[in-house]
Order: sequence, then structure tokens, then C-alpha cells
Amino acid sequence: MLKSVKTGLGLACVLAVMAGCSNTNSDKSSGEEYTQPEVDTQVETTVVDESEKMAPLENVVYFDFDESLLKPETRELLIRHADRMRGTPAAVRLEGHADELGTREYNLALGERRANAVRDFLVLQGVDAANLEVISYGEERPAQMGSNEAARAMNRRVVIN
Amino acid sequence: MIKSLLKTVAIIVIASVSLGARAQLVVDITSGIDDPTPIAVSPFSWSGGGVLKEDVSGIISADLRRSGLFSPVPKEDMLSFPKTPEDVVFRDWRILGTEYIVTGRIEPQASGYLLTFDLVNVFGQHKMFTKQVRGGQTQLRDIAHRAADEIFEAITGIRGAFSTEMVYVHEESRGGKPSYVLMRSDIDGARAKQLRRFSAPVMSPMWSPNGQELAYVSFETGRPAIFRENLRTGERKQLTNFKGINSSPTWSPDGTKLAMVLSKDGNPEIYVLDLASGKFTRMTRHFSIDTEPNWMPDGKSLVFTSDRGGKPQIYQLTLATGQVDRLTFDGDYNARPRVSPDGKTLVMVHRNRGTFTIATMDINSGRMRVLTETTLDESPSIAPNGAMLMYATKRGDKGILAAVSLDAGVKYNLPSQRGDVREPAWSPYFD
Repeated sequence: MLKSVKTGLGLACVLAVMAGCSNTNSDKSSGEEYTQPEVDTQVETTVVDESEKMAPLENVVYFDFDESLLKPETRELLIRHADRMRGTPAAVRLEGHADELGTREYNLALGERRANAVRDFLVLQGVDAANLEVISYGEERPAQMGSNEAARAMNRRVVIN
Repeated sequence: MIKSLLKTVAIIVIASVSLGARAQLVVDITSGIDDPTPIAVSPFSWSGGGVLKEDVSGIISADLRRSGLFSPVPKEDMLSFPKTPEDVVFRDWRILGTEYIVTGRIEPQASGYLLTFDLVNVFGQHKMFTKQVRGGQTQLRDIAHRAADEIFEAITGIRGAFSTEMVYVHEESRGGKPSYVLMRSDIDGARAKQLRRFSAPVMSPMWSPNGQELAYVSFETGRPAIFRENLRTGERKQLTNFKGINSSPTWSPDGTKLAMVLSKDGNPEIYVLDLASGKFTRMTRHFSIDTEPNWMPDGKSLVFTSDRGGKPQIYQLTLATGQVDRLTFDGDYNARPRVSPDGKTLVMVHRNRGTFTIATMDINSGRMRVLTETTLDESPSIAPNGAMLMYATKRGDKGILAAVSLDAGVKYNLPSQRGDVREPAWSPYFD
């Protein structure tokens, strides 16, 4: 989302500059002379944006207890993942996990439900479902050991691999 | 409940047998009934050469103590060590308040041992029985457990389950990587041996009704898959490899079918696999989570966990009609049901004031009772005599096994000396 907004801004600036250029012919004010470097700056910003595209995105999203609802920040992150996944044939594994609370087999199902929620959201963003594989580990592979809420919050997760 | 908590905590340690055994479990009894029956197992005589590898009378005492229904007289308190009923001086034992005395004699056999033992009623001043148990060179513990079964049944009227075993999952770190081991041991935790070691998680072990096979879930293929393993031959077969969840295998009472959970249709549903034909039949149709099936003893219905009502609760599915009835209504988290051998009691994981405990429910009346005071309790597995159940819990951050009687009177822990242990599955009777 951020990337497309920035590209849009850049385009708007370029258009503004073009409009400005056409105006300079008639209006020779010094202000228009400086519009050119501003366009350069904008181009540079776009380059920064490109390099950010290469940086790895956070690949773990977290959930509330016994929940598979995607939090707003999760949705934002998944949109950025979807932007990168679209049009690439790379297979992606969505690993669903649960915390230690509750029963193991139910948690296996809960982990799958979470991974499915992530998959469905990515597919809505245009990612090819055929490239997404869901696997649940339930509570069998905790990211953090320990019987405390801090550890549990880290374990209720889906890992995008 | 509080009264039993206040009772003195008796701790008994079963010496580990060094048969290359790993991760021996150690019993510590945390509470027993208020008036356990005093019994004395007099040290047995041994007519062979050398010293016996096991303290047979000591193992019988430990078995009876662990049941919570007996308080065996310590050897140090005994005034004499009678070897036969004729040796018993009743007056001495009455002074100690002992109600029963066990005497016994072990003799060498061509390839093993013969135990002859007698049960004597002190107040009635009569012998109740004399019985014999035979066993091979490595079976001294089996001989002791079998004798304990006979003594327990003669006095309580309940079949003893000291000769049964369990399987459980043991996780430990090996070179910084988790290692998952399917373990098998006597029900007292002794003679623990490794059945199979995995580098990926293994879960949900279940015994076949004849005690000769296991079904379990292994992630060794990169996905959860259900396996069936013959305990005598070690032969193993992968039963499922569907997309999504393949979990919670449970054998039908006649051993011909396996109920399980598959999510190949998009969400977890209960299936029944006919083992002879390999045919899968889908039993539930619901968009919610349906999981953790367990058979009623008559094989005609399944109990299972479903969150179709919004929260996990236990339901009953009648196989002939497909009708589903909700069984639990107390609390907002009831899951992983197991049915007692008489089909009257449901055992489950129940969230009580934010903590996960083991609870029973009388199926007829719907009355629920919390059995445990620990937290993070899970995976209850009932003894074949229906008297006790084994479950997994946490002590600190460590996974341990624990046992509780179905009337909540008797409790003991079986912590592992290292690593985490979980998912105990109590074996059926082997005969």
C-alpha cells in the first residue's frame, strides 16, 4: 500500500512539473526554475522505495487467545507481503501455531484456522492460492518456551515462509 | 478436597532400573484417601542363590501405596517377617493396626521365578488365598505387579491395573535441537524404554484395544500424518497423507476401525477409517472445528470436541443416524473427552476460573466435577479399571505426568528426571 501511494505521489509530482514546464514558457518566474531539482529529489525517493522493496518483511503475524481474526497491523503487513507474492511463482508455506493453553489436538485445528485466515486474506489480495501451502503445528513447536503470557503471545502465530 | 490436601505428603521413590532405560519417571504421592487400609507385605523369602535383582515385596507395597487406598507398613516397623501364614503372630500385627498381611516365597525355576504368596486377614485371623505367579528371568517386576493386582482385587473388589503400561511423549534438547521420543514404560514409570525417536513432533499416541498396536501422529513427513505401529514386530504403516490436518486417531472398541480428524475438506471433520477395507467415511459436516473423537464402549457413538457453539464443548455423535447432541454446558472450554470403561463418566479438559484442569462429568445427570488443582492440565487417559486416570501437567516450566483417581481422592506425580513428558496413554489390560 505504502509503495503504491508513493509511486502515485511521484507521478503526481512529475505531472505537476510537466504542467509547470508548460507554464514557464509564458511566465518566466524564478520559482519554476527550481521545480526541476525537486523532480530529481522525487526520483531519488523512488529509488529508496525500490531498495526497501528488497528488504525482508516481518514474516510472523500474531493472534489473540482462541482467535483467528487478523489484527489491523497484520492486515497491513499481509498487504505488503501480497504485493511481493503476486506474479511470482514461488511457493509459500503458512505455518500456523497455537500457545500451550488448551488441548493439543484442538490447538492443531486452531493453528490451521489461523494459517487459513492468512491464506484467505492473501488470496483476496490477488495471490495465487496454488502457491500457498497451509500447515499447522498446533502447540508442538513453540517460538518461545515458558508458561507465561509473554511467551504465549509470541507462540500464537502464523509464520510466512 | 482440602482435608486431603492437608494430609501429610508421603513420598516414595521407586529406584530406577538401569536396563539402559532413559528418562526414568519417579513417583511422588501427593494425596491419598483419608483412611487407607493398613497392609503389611512381609519381605519374601528367596530359595535361590545370590541376591534377587528386584525387591518384589517392596514393589507390591509401592503399587498398593500408589493406589491411594492402602497404607503399607514400612519394613522397619514390622516386628517380624513371616514367610507363611502359619508364621503370622496375629497379636503383633493387631498392635500395629495392620488389617492384612501378605507373605510370600520366591523359588528359582528352570528359566525364571515362581512366587507363591498368601493374603491373610488379621482381624478375621484367616488366610484369604494362596496364589502363584510365574515369570521369566527379566520378569520379576511383572511378577510383583501381577501379585499386587490379585491382592488389590481380593480386598477392594476392583480389578488391579498395576500390570498395565503406558506410552508417552518425551521431549528433550539434543545439541540445541528438540528431539521427540515415543516412550513406553510400566504404569509406575519403571522400565521406561524408547520406542522411536523423531526429529519432528510426535503426538496423540493411542493403544489398540488388544494392547498390541499403537496409532499416533507424526510430523516426520513435514506434515501431520497418522501412523500405525505393531509393538511386537516394530512394523509400521502410514495410514493417512491428506492435505491439512491428519490427527487424533482412536481405535474402536473392537479394534476394526480408527476414528480420526482430517481437514482435507477445508476444515477439521471427524472420519472413521475401516482398517480392513481402507475406506474412509466422513462423520461430521460443519464449518467449525470438530476434533478429538473418542468411542463410547459400545462402539455405537463417538464423543468429540467442537466449537460449533462458539466455544469448544463436547458433543456426542450417534454413528447410525449422524445425530449430534451437545453434552457439556458448564464453562466456556471443555475439550479432549475420554469415556470411562463403563460408559458412564466423561473425562475432559475443563477451563475453571482461567486455569485448565481435568474434570469428570456424569453423562446421565450432566454433573461436572473438577478433579485436579494443578494448572495447564491436559491429555487425560483412563485406566482400564476406571479407577484412576493419568494426565499431563506443568510443574514450573517443565512438563510432567500426574495421576488422579476418578473420585479425586488419590493423587500422585510422575515427573521425568530430565526433559518434558506429556500425552500419557494408559494401556488396556494385556489379557
